[in-house]
Amino acid sequence: MRDVAIIGIGQTQVDEHWELGLCQLALQALQAAMADAGVEWVDALYVGNMLSGELTGQEHLGALIADFAGLRGIEALRLEAAGASGAAALRMGYLAVGGGWADIALVVGVEKMTDAAPPDAEAALMAGADADHEAAHGLSFAALNALLMRRYMHQFGYQAQDFGGFPINAHANAMNNPCAMFHIPLKLESYARARMIAPPVNLMDSAAIGDGAAAAVLVPTEWAQRFSQPVVRIAASAVGTDSVALHDRRDPLLLEGVALSARRAYEQVGIAPDEIDFFELYDSFSITAAMSLEAAGFCQLGMGARMALDGEITLQGRLPISTMGGLKGRGNPGGATGVYQIVEAVQQLRGQAGPNQVPDARWGMTQSIGGSGGTAITHILERVNS
Amino acid sequence: MSVPNTWRLQQQRYRLMGEVCDRCKTKIFPPRDVCPECEAPAKTQFALSGRGEVYSYSTVYNAPAGFEDATPYTVALVRLEEGPLVTAQLTDVSAEEVEIGMPVEMVTRRLRADGAEGIISYGYKFRPVQFSPAI
Ligand SMILES: [Zn+2]
Repeated sequence: MRDVAIIGIGQTQVDEHWELGLCQLALQALQAAMADAGVEWVDALYVGNMLSGELTGQEHLGALIADFAGLRGIEALRLEAAGASGAAALRMGYLAVGGGWADIALVVGVEKMTDAAPPDAEAALMAGADADHEAAHGLSFAALNALLMRRYMHQFGYQAQDFGGFPINAHANAMNNPCAMFHIPLKLESYARARMIAPPVNLMDSAAIGDGAAAAVLVPTEWAQRFSQPVVRIAASAVGTDSVALHDRRDPLLLEGVALSARRAYEQVGIAPDEIDFFELYDSFSITAAMSLEAAGFCQLGMGARMALDGEITLQGRLPISTMGGLKGRGNPGGATGVYQIVEAVQQLRGQAGPNQVPDARWGMTQSIGGSGGTAITHILERVNS
Repeated sequence: MSVPNTWRLQQQRYRLMGEVCDRCKTKIFPPRDVCPECEAPAKTQFALSGRGEVYSYSTVYNAPAGFEDATPYTVALVRLEEGPLVTAQLTDVSAEEVEIGMPVEMVTRRLRADGAEGIISYGYKFRPVQFSPAI
């Protein structure tokens, strides 16, 4: 296995891009990433996408986007793992370059969410849950997360307002990210007054969906020194799985897929959670952020919400999370999310995160969750001092 | 929501027909043919009683397509007395009355209709346990 580095990144703003289709969005991000890397050709393209068939009637994105980008003929595939699709595409690029099958791999996450009416988008997202036993009973993702949040509050003694630290931190960090969907600070009073969408989940607990594309260029690390950018290597890449349906879990409050993927990632690097400098986690809902912190080993069971209450997750805290806004502030571009997380982690490790810079960051962790926890994909990136 | 899919799910939707593991006796619902506890084949049918209690609950205000006409409606994870958790709607109860631990029982109701021409699918929902006088 060759060591793999990321030498180029690109992203579009997450937004309602009515004027842009899937291919145009992907093109903007991949051209930016190739220009950033200083490459004009790639050996392979891996596309992370969750819902193009459901929402736009277009599948077969590997060949489609390769052709659209002037790369006709190269190896090109699309990967799907619900909300973890982008992270799956990154892992595929990592395996291809690491295994010697490609020298330059391009990874693109792209999602076009806003062409569909909101109820259709809600129904499409539920394709990442259990169709016959969750979606067929009228559950939405907000409802699935509400079931978790209610039980979590009951079991560990929290009030709904105790979760406000997650969206407040996300919105604060998104203020300095030009590619974020929202540039609106959130105060605790507004959080407490937000409309309930599936109690105890309110509108501010739930990341808004948006269109977007993000891209990364991967090469062997030993080549990376030739390129001009500071080198960031992929130190770990690990997948964990769990039941797709919440009701099939031994304990719904344990994200076992997240725990498995995080543990495997730490083992690949040989570091402990307390060495991670920042964590781009999957805050599609406040409760998933709390439960991810626990499952990934940053605190004990039931203490994830406490980390937000104690200010440990801010840029100045013990473990900065969602440093460029996370899903809540940057927006939730579905299957593109995993590549956005990678782009943001590379910005941090290169020292390009502007006012949101985590000082002297060496180890950055990203983690995407598919569905309510059925798939979890963790990557650990390291800044290489050359 | 195809006709074959609705037909295939009849037994579990109308009768809570699950499975029991021949090796470790774990009761399984929804049926999955492999025991989640010991990985043994588990194809022996077993009908769940339909009695259980609310493990968690919420109310859907922003419904996915196909359920907009029913909003708001209450959903829950129900812990069946035989052990499995099941995801379902609650019925015959207002959201304010629901609490964790509330005893509930299964009833068969309409899950959704696919427009005026499409098929109507029925299945399990749960309601608070009714007071039944001793005979
Ligand atoms: Zn068994």
